Amino acid sequence: MNIEMKGINKSFGTNQVLKEAGFLLKDGEVHALMGENGAGKSTLMKILTGVYTRDAGTVLVDGNEVVYKSPQEAEKAGIVFIYQELNVLFDLTVEENLFMGKEITKSFGICDKKAMRQKAQEVMDKMGVNIPINAVMSDLSVGQQQMVEICKALMVDAKVLIMDEPTAALTQSETEGLFKLIKSLREKGVSIVYISHRMEEIFELCDRITILRDGTYVDTKNICDIDMDDIVRMMIGREIGERYPKRENVEIGKEIIRVEGLTKEKKFNDVSFSVKAGEVLGVSGLMGAGRTEIMQAIFGNLPYDSGSVFIEGQEMKIKCAKDAIEAGIGFITEDRKTEGLLLDKSISDNIVLANLDKVSDKGVVKGAKVKEIVKKGIEEFRIKCFGPQHECTNLSGGNQQKVVFAKWVYTDPKILILDEPTRGVDIGAKKEIYSVINDLAAKGVAIILVSSELPEVLGMSDRIMVVHEGKVTGIVDAADADQEKVMTLATGGTL
Amino acid sequence: MGNTSTNTLNKKSWTSYIGEYGAFIALVFLVVVISVISPEFRTAGNFLNLLRQATFNGLIAFGMTCVILSDGIDLSVGSTLALSAVICAKLIMSGCPAILAMLISLVAGTFLGVVSGLLVTKGRLQPFIATLITMTAYRGLALILTDGKPISNIAKSIESSGNQFAFKLVGKGNFINVPIPAILLIFALAVFFFVLNKTTFGRKVYATGSNAKCAKLVGVNITKTKIIVYAISGFMSALTGLILISRLDSAQPTLGEGYELDAIAAVALGGTSMSGGRGKITGTIAGVLIIAVLNNGMNLLEVSTYYQDVIKAVVILVAVLSDRKR
Repeated sequence: MNIEMKGINKSFGTNQVLKEAGFLLKDGEVHALMGENGAGKSTLMKILTGVYTRDAGTVLVDGNEVVYKSPQEAEKAGIVFIYQELNVLFDLTVEENLFMGKEITKSFGICDKKAMRQKAQEVMDKMGVNIPINAVMSDLSVGQQQMVEICKALMVDAKVLIMDEPTAALTQSETEGLFKLIKSLREKGVSIVYISHRMEEIFELCDRITILRDGTYVDTKNICDIDMDDIVRMMIGREIGERYPKRENVEIGKEIIRVEGLTKEKKFNDVSFSVKAGEVLGVSGLMGAGRTEIMQAIFGNLPYDSGSVFIEGQEMKIKCAKDAIEAGIGFITEDRKTEGLLLDKSISDNIVLANLDKVSDKGVVKGAKVKEIVKKGIEEFRIKCFGPQHECTNLSGGNQQKVVFAKWVYTDPKILILDEPTRGVDIGAKKEIYSVINDLAAKGVAIILVSSELPEVLGMSDRIMVVHEGKVTGIVDAADADQEKVMTLATGGTL
Repeated sequence: MGNTSTNTLNKKSWTSYIGEYGAFIALVFLVVVISVISPEFRTAGNFLNLLRQATFNGLIAFGMTCVILSDGIDLSVGSTLALSAVICAKLIMSGCPAILAMLISLVAGTFLGVVSGLLVTKGRLQPFIATLITMTAYRGLALILTDGKPISNIAKSIESSGNQFAFKLVGKGNFINVPIPAILLIFALAVFFFVLNKTTFGRKVYATGSNAKCAKLVGVNITKTKIIVYAISGFMSALTGLILISRLDSAQPTLGEGYELDAIAAVALGGTSMSGGRGKITGTIAGVLIIAVLNNGMNLLEVSTYYQDVIKAVVILVAVLSDRKR
């Protein structure tokens, strides 16, 4: 199946996410779609499959213009999108998931279990996937769940398969299995759109590559004609250096936090590092490497088996968030919407909640103090809003994140853990957040910056700690680190 | 974003005012309509009477509001009321000074609430199930304690006149012609308003109901907050129980049956979100008064009790629908 998308525009509110975007997918190829976070890869694919409607542009499938009104319509035409967030029903069995909405029935709508089981087994065998079809989804590993998702796509005879970061949560061996599968699908003439940030996968798997930047089409190349540097240059469109504001006049002081031998079975093992005042420690690693878990453990949100955390030389027993806050740790979690904010509450409510002790006296909240701290927060962080009572749901991603920063900064943390602080934030707001990070460092806060974006880690950190499968594979000075070095460590290699 | 959008955001549309004060508008509307039809309704005596009737549901609904704001629900209020009332009556009958018995009853009610809270937090039961369990258990305990029979003539059995006075005062007393229960209701309203709006605890209740994960990460003790909320609900139920047995001069194990539903209806009428985090105590009092006015008015107008329920249901439906977010 040939797909051509041309001149696609799409805006959400005032935010234009696609401008003249497009690409050309040929029959039976694996086509990589690359770009930074927010470049519009997923949005473009969602327009193709009818999740979103386009504002302008054309989509040609085998030369005919099409507009799919829903993912179901696209699926009927043989175009299936496997989302990054798995779209499975966890309480149901594999077979029930595979046939959800397209059950084989006998008369009167009675399910033909036998026929379904047979067909499911057939598809699984064909794919070389070995998962019991009567297993309950929640009992499977994420990798297995992903396999089921792919099988589900193949149940409908997909001619085009779109995969959004399919290996993000997979282990090495699961990834290898997936690659074998993709290659055999290609031989059968299925076209695959492969969205990924992992260069080595792109080079191993893909035939051609299209690059998007800031919602715009950049170029399409044969994979054999280019190298990693070309891709990065096209993705970023300028030198990495200038995107990250320089930290000036920052004195790196004494050690603030030291972690020794932190271990949690099956999550992370013997993690040791330290951060000094005014220093930014970048933490890099593939998704599922255990970065977030380590941070959750330090913050007291995930009990660990052994190891110790020292703050300013003193061992701390941190058992819950309250202990952590008292010890001077602030934590901006990766999931702003479910963990970072009371979305249905105002900016004021959110900032105040983390600073209740500051604005209250013997349990009574003082209105004047609330006004003062919130006004300061809105001004200092340049939060774009109509006032303190603006509900957080109605803020842009960048402004939401600024609210989260504001609420933590006023707790006067000595250590601030930032887990993917710029995820889902547009480029302008990103730069502002980087400035905030630099200002905090200048004030002597020790900062731990966890990020999946390599350029961000390289551009913002003083040192970089790389985690692979729960182990620290190296801590390198940012000055003599590059993408390749970090990637090597992140994939378990040695320098 | 330009200035125009800022202005539209700042200016609230009239529909949003209806959303915010819908319950009060409905209340005023009802009062006016019934006053026009029924001369009896608009007498001062009847208003005081109405206020006293509203007390039972009102006190319970205040506690219920806290629970629902924290993303819970308390079905056990009626049973808690009965069990703590029975405990009080039993103690008095066995010679315990009435004031002490009443205090013990309040403590017992609070404790019964804590049990619900523990089941929800430590037991990780869904609030609906947890309080369904305590509701059933407390009712059973009240029946066991009384052997299923009402305890009557409580006041008469109190020997000391001071204690007797105190016992009678709670339910039957007046202060400058205003019934004590009504005073308790107004006092409780003020306290709840203060606690929910002006204290750190109030903030924590809202935060817990809005997004417990987020609240926990900024150091709010979710477990503690939830337990306290159920304890408050238990306390308010016990207090209502005391007023009831003082008025009736008898304690029945079947007291307070169905009160949980009236309280939940009042909270819903007042615009509090059943999934927590959003709502106001002022809305709840409006909801309570709407139900009281309806009951009182329809009785005065001699509407058949069968029709009364249907009419109440329609009023609740209309109020809740008009309260939906735009």
